[in-house]
Amino acid sequence: MLTPELRKYTGSVGAGLERKRSWSQRLHVDMPLLCALVVLLSFGLMVLYSATNQNMAEMKRQLYFSGFAFAVMFLIAQFDVRWLRAWAPWMFLGGVLLLVAVMVFGEVTNGARRWLHFPGLPRFQPSEVMKILVPLTVASFLSRKVLPPSFWHLCNCLLIIGVPVILIAKQPDLGTALLITVAGVFVLLLAGIRWKWVLIVLMLAVLTAPALWVFYMDDYQKNRIHTFLDPEREPLGAGWNIIQSKTAIGSGGIYGKGWLKGVQSRLDYLPEGQTDFIVAVLAEEFGLVGILFLLSLYVVVIGRALYIAGVAQDLFSRLLAGSLALTFFVYVFVNIGMVSGLLPVVGVPLPLVSLGGTSIISLMTGFGILMSIHTHRTARIGY
Amino acid sequence: MVVFTVIAALLIVICWKLADLQVLNNDALQREGDARTLRKEEIVATRGNIVDRNGEPLAMSTPVVTLWVNPQEVMESPEQAESLAAAFTSLGLDAEQTRKRITDKAASEFLYLKRRVPPAEAKVVLDRKLKGVYAMEEYKRFYPMGEAAVHLVGLTNNDEIGQEGLELAYEDWLKGTPGSRQVVKDRIGRLVRDMGVTASAVPGNDLVLSIDSRLQYLTYKALKEAVALRHAKTGTATVLDARTGEVLAMVSQPSWNPNNRTSRNEEGLVNRSMVDMMEPGSTAKTFTATAALESGKFTPDSIIDTRPVVIDSHLLKDPVAYGPSNLARILAKSSNVGASRVGLELGHEAMLDVLKRVGFGENIGTGFPGEVSGNLPAHDRWSRSDTASMAYGYGFQVNQLQIAQAYSIYANRGIRKPVSLLKVNSPVEGKRVVDAKIAADVVQMLEGVVAKGGTSVAANIPAYHVAGKSGTTWLYVTNHGYDSHNYIAHFAGFAPVDNPRVVIVVSIKQPDTSAGQHVGGGTMSAPVFAQIAAGAMRILNVPPEVPGKTIHAPALTVPRPPVVDEPDADEAPPVLDEVEVGSGNGVTQR
Repeated sequence: MLTPELRKYTGSVGAGLERKRSWSQRLHVDMPLLCALVVLLSFGLMVLYSATNQNMAEMKRQLYFSGFAFAVMFLIAQFDVRWLRAWAPWMFLGGVLLLVAVMVFGEVTNGARRWLHFPGLPRFQPSEVMKILVPLTVASFLSRKVLPPSFWHLCNCLLIIGVPVILIAKQPDLGTALLITVAGVFVLLLAGIRWKWVLIVLMLAVLTAPALWVFYMDDYQKNRIHTFLDPEREPLGAGWNIIQSKTAIGSGGIYGKGWLKGVQSRLDYLPEGQTDFIVAVLAEEFGLVGILFLLSLYVVVIGRALYIAGVAQDLFSRLLAGSLALTFFVYVFVNIGMVSGLLPVVGVPLPLVSLGGTSIISLMTGFGILMSIHTHRTARIGY
Repeated sequence: MVVFTVIAALLIVICWKLADLQVLNNDALQREGDARTLRKEEIVATRGNIVDRNGEPLAMSTPVVTLWVNPQEVMESPEQAESLAAAFTSLGLDAEQTRKRITDKAASEFLYLKRRVPPAEAKVVLDRKLKGVYAMEEYKRFYPMGEAAVHLVGLTNNDEIGQEGLELAYEDWLKGTPGSRQVVKDRIGRLVRDMGVTASAVPGNDLVLSIDSRLQYLTYKALKEAVALRHAKTGTATVLDARTGEVLAMVSQPSWNPNNRTSRNEEGLVNRSMVDMMEPGSTAKTFTATAALESGKFTPDSIIDTRPVVIDSHLLKDPVAYGPSNLARILAKSSNVGASRVGLELGHEAMLDVLKRVGFGENIGTGFPGEVSGNLPAHDRWSRSDTASMAYGYGFQVNQLQIAQAYSIYANRGIRKPVSLLKVNSPVEGKRVVDAKIAADVVQMLEGVVAKGGTSVAANIPAYHVAGKSGTTWLYVTNHGYDSHNYIAHFAGFAPVDNPRVVIVVSIKQPDTSAGQHVGGGTMSAPVFAQIAAGAMRILNVPPEVPGKTIHAPALTVPRPPVVDEPDADEAPPVLDEVEVGSGNGVTQR
């Protein structure tokens, strides 16, 4: 039996499981996650201020996008995840239609057809939307089935992942396509598919890799692999980015050169310093200490997201939250790995720090879903 | 659990990699980073000036501005195109062409816009504050004496590195040591921060020449007029300070103004005083006379037969018969026959000995680029004609400065002083090479050359006594032999005779003989000598020896037709060819 004192904290059980909710829960906000995100975004803006050479116009844009992204996060958090689960197939269909629209009406920039520009609306990348919609739909599909998924269900899931991924890969935007695949596959893994199948797929992948290399990959993609293996091969061409970024990171040392004092990045030696390679700017100016601070912020965010997945009350929420958390980790890992020369260069921005509005909005949408999952629980387990 | 392990493992990998870059590999990467941004910029050192003995500049470095552009930056700012075009036009550049030059080099960081612009002109452009347009200070070599001294002073190239003459010879002395400053530059080469001077520039040293600008100009003017008047191919004149051996003036023709680089004229750059080799001709009879007196076989009063003589089956004769003559008359009339008879009597060794002592066959050692040392004859077997021709100046080669040096020994009554192109401050000791009495006797004979009845009356100047010897050297033309239409007219002498101040040698080469003018050193070069000598007396404030006469330089005039009864005796062919016994052609015919 609960004492009245305890009841104060758990809500009145007597009135049909109605609980007394904290203000944050009523606003559907998860405070630890929110705090970590705010700190992360602020730190990101600080680095960006330096990386853009104190370009106030860019800063303003990024600030507006961040504000808008927070608004989107709050908005999404208000929806019950069950609602999202119900509407997932339709939203997915809409997303696929948008991708088809990109193929037809999309704007071409840098030789790729990625952007959609409807009159009156800011232009956007439908592939960003799919980063959320694919795991959402896979989770929604699997949560209606018996787990572990049967082979047939697995095939359906692969179809859900495959259609948008192929459309995006054709744009071409291989980086995003891979990340979406990863997000979808995480849901499958979390759903507990048999390790046998995972192994089979892995082996297939290894076996088909040479064929992919020969028949499918474009020269620029092959080039990136070459450059990754040996950046000095073309120091002024493809290798320039990675050599410059390593140099910038290395010249930061333990404590860095100080904010706004980075030489490599600010003097234009570092390409893409505001977007994909922003870690190099951070590393040069704040040193190893700064990078570890950033990583610990990410660890807090990912940890909280995994915790939310762990305590989620239904299967759909668990799968979705887990996938979102893991995908976020993959972004961080791939970006820092690529900038420090651990992985080949794929165009993955550093989440919440790199310049670029769409990426922030789609990420914050994901965090909105996480908050919704955590604050719409009927029973209170854990904080 | 699996998930957490994987995440932790990957995070550790990342941290390890970053630590590797930032802590373990830090030094190498930091150096590499610095190498990209830290650059050294040169601070130009001023080149030393070349000045004359009185400190008047002969070559000086004046500050100019070189404008350059960073094409990458210019391409980044298309909005300033109009202002840029106006700037180009104000520099006198074709706006469209310049724009194309920049676009062609769009990827580079440096392109000269215009070099060596006067500071005021550059300021107009810089005041426009155009992006990507920069200025750097440079120095431009300016030669105040222009073409009057270019043969000696030489010149530098666009980068202020000595190319010719003393600018080249004293390059290490004149050039400064450039300094450097460390700067931080961004990828497209914009200066971001100046880290300060790491080494300050050390200016070069000034070079003080022995030249006297006033005398240099006077000599230049006199020679140029003479060369123009005679339509000669080249000409050269050297003035030595008789007391110190310093070169007071050294001039060549043709000439070229080094301040106007557009049309470089190699011919106009040759220092013919030191670089051209020539046979001294009759000016060498002075040394034959010296050898004669030294031998003891001759006294100033010895009478020598000047009737035509057959040497190695060639007939040698003078233009007119001079009759029995003493040494003084042989010099005054420049009798080749007389000189030959003396030479044959002395033998080649006695004459060679004198030539060596007065400095022939030996490099003077000024260090001037291209200076020749000439050569003395070195035959295995000396034929009589070899010996005879050496007695009147053929068969060996010298440069003009060596002739000047040799005559300065007579001016100093037998004392040889080292010749110098640089100012000599301490008194020069010198070395006796000819007996004082013999030297004085020879000087007396040289006075006879300019006296009435001598070959070179035109060398005389008012108020001072002069001494000297003319010479007309036929030029040896390949496959054609010696030719009376190609010759050099020399005159070498000094003034005043009793206390000489200047030694002057004038050589005019290949005058135009088509108009019938066909005159030797006594008529062609002696007046130039006189003009220079008279000017030098005035410039050097030499008290007049002959009181009551005002000093003025004799005017140069178009020569009168040759006087028949006083033929130019120098006009003599060498013994070697052409003149067959009995034929006598080409020698007496004028």
